[in-house]
Amino acid sequence: MKRSSLTSKILNAPYILWAVLFIIAPLIMVLYYALTDRSGAFTWDNITQINDYASTFILSIGYGAVATLISLVIAYPFAYFLAQTKVSFQRMSVMLVMLPMWMSFLIRTYSWITILGDSGVINRFLGIFGIGPLPLLNNAGAVILGMVYNFLPYMILPIYTVMSKMDRSLIEAAEDLGCGRMQCIRKVVFPLSVPGIASGFTMVFVPSVSTFYITQKLGGGKINLIGDVIEGQFQVANNFNLGASLSLVLMIMIIICLAILNYFADSDDDGGVLV
Amino acid sequence: MTAKTSRLAKLYLALVFIFLYAPMVVMTVFSFNGNESTYTMHGFSLQWYERLFSDTVTMNALKNTVILAVVSALISTVLGTLATIGINSMKSKRVKSALMTTTNIPMMNPEIVTGISMMLLFVFIGRMFSKSDTLGFGTILIAHITFQLPYVILSILPKLRQTDPRIFEAAQDLGCPPANAFIKVVLPQIMPGIVSGAIMAFTLSLDDFIISYFTNGPDFQTLPIHIFSMTKKRVKPDMYALSTLIFVAIFILLILMNIAQAKSDKKPKKSKEDAEI
Amino acid sequence: MKNNPVIIDLQNICVSYGDTTILNNINLQIHDGEFVTLLGPSGCGKTTTLRIIAGFLQQNSGDVIFEGKNINGVPAYKRQVNTIFQRYALFPHLNVYENIAFGLRLKKMKEKDIQAKVREMLALVNLKGFGSRNIDSLSGGQQQRVAIARALAVNPRVVLLDEPLGALDLKLRKDMQIELKNIQQKLGITFIYVTHDQEEALSMSDTIVVMNNGEIQHIGSPTDVYNEPKNAFVADFIGESNILDGVMHEDFSVEFSGMRFKCVDKGFKKDEPVDVVIRPEDIDVTPAGKGMLDGEVTSVTFKGVHYEIIVDIDNFKWMIQTTQKAEVGDVIGISIKPDEMHIMKKSEYSGLYGDYSSFSDEFDELSDPTVSQEDE
Repeated sequence: MKRSSLTSKILNAPYILWAVLFIIAPLIMVLYYALTDRSGAFTWDNITQINDYASTFILSIGYGAVATLISLVIAYPFAYFLAQTKVSFQRMSVMLVMLPMWMSFLIRTYSWITILGDSGVINRFLGIFGIGPLPLLNNAGAVILGMVYNFLPYMILPIYTVMSKMDRSLIEAAEDLGCGRMQCIRKVVFPLSVPGIASGFTMVFVPSVSTFYITQKLGGGKINLIGDVIEGQFQVANNFNLGASLSLVLMIMIIICLAILNYFADSDDDGGVLV
Repeated sequence: MTAKTSRLAKLYLALVFIFLYAPMVVMTVFSFNGNESTYTMHGFSLQWYERLFSDTVTMNALKNTVILAVVSALISTVLGTLATIGINSMKSKRVKSALMTTTNIPMMNPEIVTGISMMLLFVFIGRMFSKSDTLGFGTILIAHITFQLPYVILSILPKLRQTDPRIFEAAQDLGCPPANAFIKVVLPQIMPGIVSGAIMAFTLSLDDFIISYFTNGPDFQTLPIHIFSMTKKRVKPDMYALSTLIFVAIFILLILMNIAQAKSDKKPKKSKEDAEI
Repeated sequence: MKNNPVIIDLQNICVSYGDTTILNNINLQIHDGEFVTLLGPSGCGKTTTLRIIAGFLQQNSGDVIFEGKNINGVPAYKRQVNTIFQRYALFPHLNVYENIAFGLRLKKMKEKDIQAKVREMLALVNLKGFGSRNIDSLSGGQQQRVAIARALAVNPRVVLLDEPLGALDLKLRKDMQIELKNIQQKLGITFIYVTHDQEEALSMSDTIVVMNNGEIQHIGSPTDVYNEPKNAFVADFIGESNILDGVMHEDFSVEFSGMRFKCVDKGFKKDEPVDVVIRPEDIDVTPAGKGMLDGEVTSVTFKGVHYEIIVDIDNFKWMIQTTQKAEVGDVIGISIKPDEMHIMKKSEYSGLYGDYSSFSDEFDELSDPTVSQEDE
């Protein structure tokens, strides 16, 4: 007994040290910079300045929420249908869904300019029929599209995983008890897939809210979300202290959003199966 | 499922795939463009590929990216494997869950926050030693290892939990000293987890932009950072050529992994008679 | 067996985690070649005792003596004892042959000798030709045999078996019991066997060590622990027992259920309160008024070989196993021969066991921990 706990201490020591130095300490640094000024003296200024960015925060949450919901609407039927196809097809499809995630998201995002631009692929096609050019780029729609496009796989995969592991006999049992197709989805499939939806939500919402590249490229600089502001403080304005306080608030805000999400996911989960 | 809805379902699947792959198709097509435009095609040429390979900055960034990915994945895999074993053998539930929560922070936090928090730490330490150029290979390496660790740990932990702790005892019982016993019987059991953790760490590092963006220094540019600075200006098709090559490389890698997985999936099938217990 | 030298001697072994005592002053001598069973309910400390002998666990105090030498600090891998684990603990990445050869390779034996030894072991456990099979292609019984072969291949002096048959179904378990006993007799190795199954213990062992709450309750031969249980716990745990409060008025005279009876026990104080144990199969059924006591039948269950009858005598529910049929509501008499009344001194277990008022078959089966896993 004594021996094994000693081993675990020896094995854990380097990792605990690492976690303290490079996970905990950086977060303390965020707090430290948020509460000091350039000279290192304590101040509340950075925190009070956040008031000026309240609308940016709200806008970011709005964009994140819309992108997340659209992703869900697209991903859910996709995962549902996919889980019913042949296993070999499923395996290949999962691979194809994952593949874009492994590629530079910068270039993938950029190439939407080639598609959506005034002289881009779509507008040239429409031009043949004398339509357009339509303003497809540099607006809210393009930014949302960029988010959905980039983070859709993160919504599809967890939902698909839950769906593919779902016990077929549960659906059969529901049908046996007189559930129609849609009723079956609503009363059995959906409640059972809530854990997948919850993790999909997290994985799309967090990067959407905090993005800065997508807004810069597809929003044409007209749309400023919180990620852009923070990036600007660090890379352009060089105001680390304000940047730190904005990051701190972003972090807290996301934790609150996730906590709310978890709360609903859990309460749904409880009675959901048998309702 | 009726034949009709099944066709609709397949159409839907196809549409989503088109959405996911449209940019890839566009960039591939334009990578063969005869002129500089990313909007109009002017004949077919391989000039952008040639230029790409002769572009020393890009090639250097590629080299840096691979070095960083290999080194960080190696360190995070070793450190993560040891940590997983330690976490798994921890007695105190409270310490264990505290450590796991800490481990998950880099995974749950927005990347931008992880990036700037580490940057602040490095800058702060740099200031303590009154150096202005702390950021470089060392800092980006630390940052990459840090965000890879939770993925490594989470891919090994389930394998370790599945492993019967008694086989470790059995090996000792038969005369193996503990360290040797671990290598001989436990390691083979968790190897799949270690390998997939290492691959994940490697690919995460290859593709990371946001965290690298905040923690890198001027003398160590990775490919994503190079691409970022390129896309600040008007992009030429050479970036598309680069992406196409990456796409092809990953595609081949994935197919190989898929084949390997399909093979290992088939194996246990011939031995389904063990349900007797 | 008892003439053989002592091979393992546990002296005053104590183990505790924090405030919980797992083993309380265990003293046990095991002779070379003996088949010893540690028997008790889950949590009684039997597996802990085994793990201390194996070297997986360090006792807080006390000594483990192996052939006269103290082996307290000797790590598991240097001890001449080998374990057969509850769920076999076979190495899933090695085939049958390599599993059995594992310990031999560590001894740096020549490949030729290893081959011969593995072949011998496979023959011993009736698995000829299974060498190249994968572990997960084997049935539970076959895996069990591989585990036995693996432990025996390294020529251990003592084999420790931790509920080795717990995961097998009933019929296979019975077969393996016989096989294990045969192997043990053939090789003449000391077996220390842990089980919660009293039937298994009775049929296989030379010596049974009954444990409860981290203490040894009784050490003795199977007939000993069955016929002369040391206390109410042992009596109840091994077989079925009716355990009544009684008073020993003088030698050969005991009172229970309000009457005095002749018995064969002596050596108690005058009027000493005692526990009286009567096995259900030792009770004869007589017509009402013709026996020693009368009571009303409250339940009858047909068991194949016999009926199990619960009779209420003086508000104590007796269990009787008899071939005679009775109906619920009948008043019947019972009679017990003097040498079938077993008198025990009062112990901490008095009054806890041996009354069948809340008895039901279903409950008995549910509480039977056939798949009990941990015992620590």
